[in-house]
Amino acid sequence: MTELLVAFLVSTVAAATPLLLAATGELVAEKAGVLNLGVEGMMLAGAIAGFATANETGVTTLGVLAALLAGTALALLFAVVSLTLQANQTATGLALTIFGRGFSALLGAGYVGIPAPTLPKLHIPLLSDIPILGPVVFGHDILVYLSFAILGAVAWCFRSTHLGLILRAVGDSHDAAHALGYAVLPIRYAAVAFGGALAGLAGAYMSLAYTPLWAQDMTAGRGWVAVALVTFAAWRPFWLLIGAWFFGALMYLSLYVQALGVAVPSALLSALPYIGTVVVLVLISRDRRLIRLHRPAMLGRPFQARA
Amino acid sequence: MLKIEARGYESKFWRYASPILALLLTGATSGLIFAAMDRPPVLTVYTFLIVPLLEQDGFQALAVKAAPLIMMGVGLSLAYRANVWNIGTDGQFTLGAICGGGIALAFPDAPSLALFPAIVAGGIIGGMLNGGLVAWLRIRFNANEILTSLMFAYITQYLLVYLVTGPWRDPEGFGFPQTALFSDNALAPRLIEDTNVHIGVLLAPLIAIALWVMLEKTLLGFQFRVLGQATRAARFAGFNENRLVWVAMLISGGLAGLAGVLEATGTLGQLTTTLSPGYGFTAIIVSFLGRLNPIGVIPAGLLLALTYLGGDAAQINLGLPNAVTGIFQGILLFYLLGCDILLLNRIRWVRSKPKAA
Amino acid sequence: MLVRNESIAPGPLLAMTGMTKQYPGCLANDQVSLTVERNQIHALLGENGAGKSTLVKMIYGVVKPDAGEIVWEGQKVTVPNPGAAQRLGIGMVFQHFSLFEALTVTENIALGLATAKERVGLRGRILQISTEYGLPLDPDRVVHDLSVGERQRIEIVRCLLQNPKLLIMDEPTSVLTPSEVQKLFVTLRRLASEGCSILYISHKLEEVRALCSAATIMRLGRNVARCAPAEKTVKELAEIMINMDLHRPTPRPPVASTAPPRLVVDRLTIRSHNQFGTDLKDISLSIAGGEILGIAGIAGNGQSELMDALSGEISAGKPESVLIDGVAAGHMGPADRRRIRGCFVPEERNGHGAVTTMSLADNAFLSGYLRGALVRFGVIDKKRTFVFAENIIRRFDVRTTGPKAEARSLSGGNLQKFLVGREVLQDPSVLVINQPTWGVDAGAALAIHEAIMALAQGGAAVMIISQDLDEIFVLADRIAVIAGGRVSEPVATRYATVESIGRLMGGTSVIADSSAEMAHALSDAR
Repeated sequence: MTELLVAFLVSTVAAATPLLLAATGELVAEKAGVLNLGVEGMMLAGAIAGFATANETGVTTLGVLAALLAGTALALLFAVVSLTLQANQTATGLALTIFGRGFSALLGAGYVGIPAPTLPKLHIPLLSDIPILGPVVFGHDILVYLSFAILGAVAWCFRSTHLGLILRAVGDSHDAAHALGYAVLPIRYAAVAFGGALAGLAGAYMSLAYTPLWAQDMTAGRGWVAVALVTFAAWRPFWLLIGAWFFGALMYLSLYVQALGVAVPSALLSALPYIGTVVVLVLISRDRRLIRLHRPAMLGRPFQARA
Repeated sequence: MLKIEARGYESKFWRYASPILALLLTGATSGLIFAAMDRPPVLTVYTFLIVPLLEQDGFQALAVKAAPLIMMGVGLSLAYRANVWNIGTDGQFTLGAICGGGIALAFPDAPSLALFPAIVAGGIIGGMLNGGLVAWLRIRFNANEILTSLMFAYITQYLLVYLVTGPWRDPEGFGFPQTALFSDNALAPRLIEDTNVHIGVLLAPLIAIALWVMLEKTLLGFQFRVLGQATRAARFAGFNENRLVWVAMLISGGLAGLAGVLEATGTLGQLTTTLSPGYGFTAIIVSFLGRLNPIGVIPAGLLLALTYLGGDAAQINLGLPNAVTGIFQGILLFYLLGCDILLLNRIRWVRSKPKAA
Repeated sequence: MLVRNESIAPGPLLAMTGMTKQYPGCLANDQVSLTVERNQIHALLGENGAGKSTLVKMIYGVVKPDAGEIVWEGQKVTVPNPGAAQRLGIGMVFQHFSLFEALTVTENIALGLATAKERVGLRGRILQISTEYGLPLDPDRVVHDLSVGERQRIEIVRCLLQNPKLLIMDEPTSVLTPSEVQKLFVTLRRLASEGCSILYISHKLEEVRALCSAATIMRLGRNVARCAPAEKTVKELAEIMINMDLHRPTPRPPVASTAPPRLVVDRLTIRSHNQFGTDLKDISLSIAGGEILGIAGIAGNGQSELMDALSGEISAGKPESVLIDGVAAGHMGPADRRRIRGCFVPEERNGHGAVTTMSLADNAFLSGYLRGALVRFGVIDKKRTFVFAENIIRRFDVRTTGPKAEARSLSGGNLQKFLVGREVLQDPSVLVINQPTWGVDAGAALAIHEAIMALAQGGAAVMIISQDLDEIFVLADRIAVIAGGRVSEPVATRYATVESIGRLMGGTSVIADSSAEMAHALSDAR
């Protein structure tokens, strides 16, 4: 029983990590008023860039770095079209997803089915050996701890720093921010780029740690779940963590129950996380007041400075 | 530096020139990408866009490929005009194919005159069910249709996999994940004997024209256009936003379902685990390339159909992975969206900025 | 106390010459000059659309001038952005506040301060300045909970924290109650005496005469005069400002008191759909055919909710709470209310009354398709629509190239004439207009006023909701005041005074005892 519990907790945290990373990045972009629906595309680009680099160099750290850059590069592409050229953010995000899928499939065509170096699990003597607590709390790889650290830093930034205040202000009223002399577009570029970097990291986690292989469309909608998580959390960082764990658990369960050979067909179990996303989205969205209260007022609106 | 300046009006010239400019830029950019991959850029673009048409029956293949894209693209044009962001047409396509395919499998011996209309109706209803569910969740629970429609696309895909590998699997199929072949009575009528040019090729442009008339000439179409451009004005005029969301989701879902059932009964002849080669996302590009105008969707659908055939040609002739199609499509949508800035703005070269005080 | 640098250069604080700004299709400023002395409260006077806002935005670095010279404290400067203006010592309080709804007062002010040093101990300094200058503020409240007056105080405090030498105020009193205006004047006079010059933008002549020691008057983007306002009469100032004898629409004969009511509102009570909106509380009134009822009030006291409930954009609750020509219409949507001859002109033209990206013909169709019978079997009758739009354009002298022109190509005044004309030509029995002449030039305003009066003359019941008391006094037969979502008992215009109405606009506490207040107002008037 304990073993089952440990496996459950460990796997939940692992399955939640890419969601948490990507959702944290999306949260920052959305707080600044930019709705980037291309998370899935950026994750895929990060996954293949990380996998290919790690595979070619044999250094996982370089892979992680490459994933970060790939995600950022795609995010900047999105920013040019949606911010500078003021295209519809929803449509541009879709373009980014389509592009990221094609780009990663093309780049990854030669990497299907070959192994790559895996991100090592942290092993802290003594601490990692504590029963239950050891593996659950101290037995993950560095990206897992990084995802917590980043979430904490983002939460602190929004709550207590002037930088966070500026980001929130730009998302609340870009015209007022502009009138006060804040450079709305560069601030949004930075927020979008940060979101892209984290989506890239999330992708690297997928291809270098979670399932250390490359497969076409391997993120399987996780990018979209991450976008949904931001709404689910009503733009509050702490709730992102809860949401990510919830979906992590759901994903683990859909695999685990299959492994147990329960009579429910595996294809239907695989649909569970997506059904869960719809259900959770419905539950949270029906509270229109909560959404209105926390939703950045400028979300999705293009900004054009009047000269 | 380059400076963006508002024109204050919409340029007629750029309304038509912007998609063409986007196409040219896409061609050039893909050429550069091919060059970076050590492929001869001109030959590759040529293989991608021209070679498929030179082949025997090239235009027939193009029309068959374009038919579902046009149907779905037309539905999306309508929905996007009203700011209803249905991006899960793949799901509606799949559910349509499942519902129609189910009827085909259940009544293989029914007479064609009764069976085929029933199958088509089943397909449309399946698509509408899926689309209607999305509309209901948005109206009743305020749930974002972008996310729900896409989640349903994943869910229906797993439903399809379940059916095809489980209860509907062909017992004589050597364990392959596919259903039995549909009976001849269930197949979509052909326009040309011994080809797979099915009735959908005729229906797609007719649907586009019908929806164009609806959008441009009728009160209902006017309501869609107003809702998309100014929600408050629509409310002021007394147009029922919820009703329009319903209509948009039912029409775009129903058309995707129709496309799905015709793909199953016209092209594949059975259900397999992969019905849609990413038509859902491609149809989004089709609708934008067609300027969200149902008539414009027809050439746009043909062009995007060509990118599928081109992907195959590039794979066969040049050994390129057919993921090239996805890249080409993604770049095209980026350029399409980006070039639209020229509608309302002009880009000017400004020498240098004045110094700050 | 504001601490000032005492090494003052001689000459005026600010001198601008030749300021020019061309917008597409409109020369907003043409060779405008403006000189502000030290310790001066200087008025910038002009009609809506005269170019005042453009001029001050150039001073503050929000708008880049095409030509012109700005001399600040004897030095020629350029002001590329608001930050540069602040560094020079220029602060500005905008007409439409640049505040962040979701942030607190302190956060809002912190965003206006450039360096971390200035933000140290900010909360305490906000409290200090706000008490010192009589600008009460709670630093921890979130802006969306605050009244318009409180919001203005945030902007003023934000400017004062930067020790400005020049404070620009753009139409500051348009959102204030008369007593708030008096308090603001005290604060401004005190600031001027402490060495902060004030550039006061207004079109309200009485205020300018009471407050300002010098005035620069603009008309159609140009300077027309510079004077000491106290030495001129209101009429003289007005004539310089609009350069024609003050027109007033010709008065109408009084309405027969026996005319039956055409619009009745009975105990209308609704919760606002907007989380920052005002709930409507127990509103009852009735308007007879041929009568114009004016609803006065400060913005944000429930006007838009009242408008929406009357037009049917939000349900008015019980069917009987709104009666149009005796038909219970409270449950109806806008289309059904139009069927029974109720017509409406909302406050916002762009994107509410009109779809700016559509043609005038489409916009004529937008609300006119029912009463104009412009649809046959679901299909739009383009010919009739075109004729209807042409009719509006001709009858209301809308300056445009024709029904095919996009709505956004029209000036504010012309578009408003088109929208009022669209409703008037539908032969309504009830017409409700929210802010009939907001942001409209004088010529268009006169045309709109005359159209409203002619409509009432023809037997329609008309309600105008307006912040502009002058307009209400010119048009209305009776005047009621909306404050805090309640509407006072209407008084006949001939018994009402600006003071008595102004007092009712003051706030909910006064309104709570509205009948007594009204009796008082009536006796005052007599």
